[in-house]
Amino acid sequence: MLFFSFFKTLIDHEVTVELKNDIQIRGILKSVDQYLNIKLEDISVVEEIKYPHMSAVKSAFIRGSVVRYVHLPAAAVDIPLLEDATRREASIHAGKAK
Amino acid sequence: MAEVGHEGNSVSEPLDLVRLLLDEVVCVKLRGDRELKGRLHAYDSHCNLVLGEVEETIYVVEDEDEDDEIKTVSRKSEMLFVRGDSVVLISPQSRSY
Repeated sequence: MLFFSFFKTLIDHEVTVELKNDIQIRGILKSVDQYLNIKLEDISVVEEIKYPHMSAVKSAFIRGSVVRYVHLPAAAVDIPLLEDATRREASIHAGKAK
Repeated sequence: MAEVGHEGNSVSEPLDLVRLLLDEVVCVKLRGDRELKGRLHAYDSHCNLVLGEVEETIYVVEDEDEDDEIKTVSRKSEMLFVRGDSVVLISPQSRSY
């Protein structure tokens, strides 16, 4: 749930999604779900010449499982908050294991 | 390794080691001959990660005239989410552990 909540805080920011087939798609993050499926709008493909088949597409739904990376704007990330949330999530899991 | 007392918590399962690496520079090995070096800001039980000030190294084999040369390609990113299914291992950058 940690990364689901984290991505919700990044809605309406510009991100670059790198897929497992090396295509990089830049766009505005419009929504995300529990599987980390992603909806992007106003998209552009980073190496347009190499991957011309997406040029006409304006928005995309990306299945979470094909994502390798999401490049994020550092200014949009509250690092102390994120690390605290990570520790909280880790302690919840530790409690379940015992 | 015995239990390590750190921040009042003990190490009893593998991900506890990753917890000790929060806000530290880590080296992450990924599928597809890739490595990342950056500061660990978040992780979860799937090994999804967020790294800051990351340098990615990709190892590419170039076979020119039979002698296979290994070339490395480096890229930088200020903040990067990594999906856990690509992660192979997470280790502290310095081996002072």
